[in-house]
Amino acid sequence: MTTTVSTPSSIIPEPRRPWLATPRQRAEVFAVIFIAAIIDISLVAITPLKGKLAYLGLFLIIYPALDYLVVRAQRGKSAGSDALFRALVNFSMAIALLPIVSILWTVWSRGHKGLHWNLFTQDMHSASVTDPVLTHGGLIHAVIGSILIVVAALVVAVPLGLLTAIYLTEIQGKFTRPIKFLVQSMSGVPSIVAGLFILAAIVYPVTKTFNGFEGSLALAILMIPTIARTAEEVLLLIPHDLRETGLALGGTQWRTVQKIILPAARSGLVTAMILGVARVAGETAPIVLLTGGGDTTNWNLFNGPMGTLPFYIWKGFGAGTDESFQRAWTGILVLLVVVLVLFALARFLGGRRNSK
Amino acid sequence: MSEEREKPEMETQTQTSSLAGIASGHQPSEKALGVGLEARGIHAWFGQKHVLKDVSLDFWAGTVTALIGPSGCGKSTFIRTLNRMHEFIPTAAMAGQVLLDGHDIYDPGVDVTKIRLKVGMVFQKPNPFPSMTIAENVLAGLKLANLKVENKDDLLQECLERAGLWNEVKDRLNTYGGALSGGQQQRLCIARSLAVRPQVLLMDEPCSALDPGSTLKVEETISHLSSSMTIIIVTHNMQQAARVSDYTAFFLSDGGPGEMIEVGNTNEIFSRPRDQRTENYVTGRFG
Amino acid sequence: MPPIQVRGAKISLMSQTVLNSALPAKREITTKPRLSDRIFRSVVTSGGLSSLVILGLIFIFLLYQGYNTLHSQGIHFLTGSNWNAALNDSGSLDLKNSQFGIAAMLIGTLVCSTIAIIISVPISVMTALFLNFYAPDRIKKFMVTVVDLMAAFPSILYGIWGFFVLMPSAVYIAKLLHLYFGWIPFFKMEAPVFDRSPFIAGIILAIMIIPIVTSISREIFSQTPLDRVQAAYALGATRLGMIKAVAFPYARGGIIGSAMLGLGRAMGETVAVYTVLNIVYQVNWHVLLGAGGNIASMILLKFGEAGPDEVKALMAAGLVLFVATLIVNSLANIIVRRTSKGGK
Repeated sequence: MTTTVSTPSSIIPEPRRPWLATPRQRAEVFAVIFIAAIIDISLVAITPLKGKLAYLGLFLIIYPALDYLVVRAQRGKSAGSDALFRALVNFSMAIALLPIVSILWTVWSRGHKGLHWNLFTQDMHSASVTDPVLTHGGLIHAVIGSILIVVAALVVAVPLGLLTAIYLTEIQGKFTRPIKFLVQSMSGVPSIVAGLFILAAIVYPVTKTFNGFEGSLALAILMIPTIARTAEEVLLLIPHDLRETGLALGGTQWRTVQKIILPAARSGLVTAMILGVARVAGETAPIVLLTGGGDTTNWNLFNGPMGTLPFYIWKGFGAGTDESFQRAWTGILVLLVVVLVLFALARFLGGRRNSK
Repeated sequence: MSEEREKPEMETQTQTSSLAGIASGHQPSEKALGVGLEARGIHAWFGQKHVLKDVSLDFWAGTVTALIGPSGCGKSTFIRTLNRMHEFIPTAAMAGQVLLDGHDIYDPGVDVTKIRLKVGMVFQKPNPFPSMTIAENVLAGLKLANLKVENKDDLLQECLERAGLWNEVKDRLNTYGGALSGGQQQRLCIARSLAVRPQVLLMDEPCSALDPGSTLKVEETISHLSSSMTIIIVTHNMQQAARVSDYTAFFLSDGGPGEMIEVGNTNEIFSRPRDQRTENYVTGRFG
Repeated sequence: MPPIQVRGAKISLMSQTVLNSALPAKREITTKPRLSDRIFRSVVTSGGLSSLVILGLIFIFLLYQGYNTLHSQGIHFLTGSNWNAALNDSGSLDLKNSQFGIAAMLIGTLVCSTIAIIISVPISVMTALFLNFYAPDRIKKFMVTVVDLMAAFPSILYGIWGFFVLMPSAVYIAKLLHLYFGWIPFFKMEAPVFDRSPFIAGIILAIMIIPIVTSISREIFSQTPLDRVQAAYALGATRLGMIKAVAFPYARGGIIGSAMLGLGRAMGETVAVYTVLNIVYQVNWHVLLGAGGNIASMILLKFGEAGPDEVKALMAAGLVLFVATLIVNSLANIIVRRTSKGGK
C-alpha cells in the first residue's frame, strides 16, 4: 500500500486512555466536594443539627444534590441523573463499610487495654466481676473450652457435611435436588433453634445436665450446611475427566473418590472446614443454652459446665461492672483475632486453589 | 470461494457503488475532511498486547464499508474504537484519533453517550432486551438517552420499516421480543439502533449467528439503509462483503498487531487486489 | 455378482422390517456394582440424607416437647400476648392457669426484621451495583473481601458493639425522626424512651444482613448478560440508564430472593437483638419506643429464669420460629435459584 499517512508506521505512539478523567475533571470533582463540605459545615453551624452524625448526614444529602446540579448544567439531564446515582452508589458502599471500620476500631481501642499474659495462663474461678482486670483472672478456660467444643463439633459435622457433598457431586441420585435444597434451607436454621433442639432431644430426655459436648452438637448442626456447601463447590471444580480416568482404570467408585477425588480437593476441603469453624466460633446463643459456662478450666467435654469465649464475653457483658465490661471487650478482641485468622487462612487456601 | 462465482455479483455491486468514489488507491487525506467518520492512526492495546497498528480509514456518507480478514486481525477491535465501546475492556488503551464531522470523539470534553447516539452499533448475537416488548425495544434508545419525540408511533413504524421488519411484527408490537426468530431479532436490534437516528451504523459480524435466509434479509436491510447513512460492517463472509459493500478494507495480523493491508473499491479488492496477501485471502488460499 | 445382490437385498429387507416393525427394545445396561461400591454408595447416601434427618428431628422433638403447651394454649399461643407461668402447689407448672402467648414477640420479630430489610436492601443493592459496575478492579476485590469478612463476624460482636457504639448514634437519629416525622403513626412516642427500641434492633440487624444481601445480589448482577449491557451502552445509555434497562430487570427476582434470605437471617437472630432490644410483652407498633419483642431473644431471656416445664413452652416458641424461618428461607432459595438459572 503506497502511503502518505502522516504518522510513519514504524513509530508506535504511546498507549493512551483518553476515557479516563483528565486532571481538570478531577479538579472539578474535588471542587464540588469542597463546596459541598463548606455548605455542610455552615449548615451545621446555623441549624440546630449538631454532632458528627449531622455532618455526615447532611453531607450525604448535599454532595449528591450539588453534583447533580453541576453535571446537569454542564452536560444535560440524563448525565445529571447518572452523576446523582453514582454519588448514591458510592455513598452506599461507604455506609456499608462504616460499621466494619467502627467495629474493628472499637474492639481494638477498648479491648487492648485488658490484654496481659494472665489472660492465657489463668481462668476465672478465683476472680470476681469487680476484681481489676490486669491482675485477676484470665480466659484460658474459655480458650480451652472453645477449642474442645469446636473440635468436637468438627468431628461430628465433617463426616456428615463431607458425605452430603460427595452425595451431591459423585452419586447424584434421585435425592440430589431435594438434598441441595434442604442443605440450603438448613443453613438458615437460627442458632437458638439448634440449641433448643439439643435441649429437647438430648438434655431433657437423656443427660439432664449441661456439658460441653451438647454445645458441640448444636454447633455441628450449624456447621454442616457451611461445610457441605463449600465442599460441594470444591468437588464440582474437579474436572470430570479425573473421575472417568479413575473408573476407566478399573477402579471402583469408592477407590476413585478415596484415592483421586478427595486428595485432589484436599486444600479446598480444608477451606470448607475452616469456614465451618469460623461460622460457629463466635456462636453464642446455643452455647448459653447448653454448656453451662463454667469459670474453671474443664478438660472434660462430657462432664460439668464448660466455659467458652462467647460465654466469657456474654457473662462479662451481663455482669455490668466496668471490670466485667473490660473483660468482655478483651474477650471480643481475642475472638475477633481468631475469626480474622481463620478467615485469612480460608482466603489463602482458597486463593491458592483458584490460582492453580 | 472461487472468482468465477464472485464475478456476476461484482457487476451488480459496481452499480450501487457509484455514490461516492474513492479512486483506487485513495488514502486518507492529511487534513480532516470535516464530514463523515475518519479514523486517524488508530492503535489499540489490551494490557501490554498491541492488537491493532496504525489504521487510517475514511468512511463516506451513504456508503457501506466492509472490514474483512481472518480471526484475530483486529477488525472487531477497530470497529469498537469507532464508537468508544473499546474502553469497556478494563485493560484497554488506544492511540490515534477518530473524527466525527471533524471533531475527535476521544477529546476530554466529549460526552461519550452522545457519540454513541451518533454512531450506533449492531452486535454479533441478536440482543433485544427481553424485559421489553418489541415496541419498547425499538424505542429503548430514546428512553435510555432521555430523548423526546413528537410522535412515537410514526418513529416506531419508520424504524421497523427501514429495518424490513414492519410487516412481520406490526400485529404484535406489544409482545416480547424474545419470541422472534434469530433473524427477526437481529433486524429488531437494527431498528432499535435506527430509532436514535445515528449518522453511522457499525455492524460487528451481524449475520454470523443467523441462518442463510435470515442473513439475506439482513443484507437487504443493509442495502436499503446504505443510501441514508454510513455503514461499516465487519464480516467473515467474503461473499457477504462482496454483496453488500461499496468499499472493502482487508485486515491481517502476522502474529503481531493487526494492520490494515489494503482498502479500495470492493470489486477491485476482490478482482484486482494490489497486495499479494489480500489476493491470497480473497481467493481462499488462507484464512 | 449374484451373491452380492442377494446380500444387498437381504440387507434392505432387514432394514425395512426394522423400519416397519417397532424399534427393538432398548437393552438395559446393568452393572452389578461391587460390594465395596455398594457399601460406599449406601454410606454416602445415608450421610447425604443427614440434612433431611436433622431438619426432621428438629421439627419432631420441638413439637414433642412443645406439644402440651400448644395443646393447652391452642390458637392463643399465636394470638395472645401474655407469658405467665403459673405454678401449682407442688411447685410444678400448672398448664391450665398458665398463659403462653407469643403474639407480641411474633409481631416484634416482624417489626424488627422489616426495619432491617427496609434499611439494608437499598444499601446492599447499591453496594452490589458499585462493586459490579462502578468499582475499579482492585477496589472491587478488596471490598468483596471486606464484605465477606463482615458476614463472618460473630453476632455477639455486633450485639455489644451495637449496645455501646451504635445505640447513642441511633438514638440521635431516632430523636430526629420523631422530631420531624412524628406525625407518622409508626414514629409516635408515648414516653420519651428512645433506648433499646425496635428501631435500634432493626439497624443492628440491617448491618448484619447487609453482607448477605450484598453478596447474593452482587453475584446475580455479575451474571447480567454482557451483550445486553453492551447493547444498552451502544444506544447511548449512561451507566444509570444501562442499570435501569438491563441489569435491574435481569436481577430483580434475585434481589427479592436475597432480601428474603436476609429476612430469614434477621428473624432468627438472637444475641445481637437481645443486647439492644428491651423485650416487653406488649404489641408495640411504635418503632422508636424502647419496648419490643423478638422470639429468639425472648427464648434466651426466659431460659435463664424458666423451670423445666416453662422451657417446654419456649420450645413451642422455638418451633414457630423454626417453621417461619424455614418457610422464608425456602421461598428465598427457590427465587434466587430461578433467577440465576433462567436468563430473563
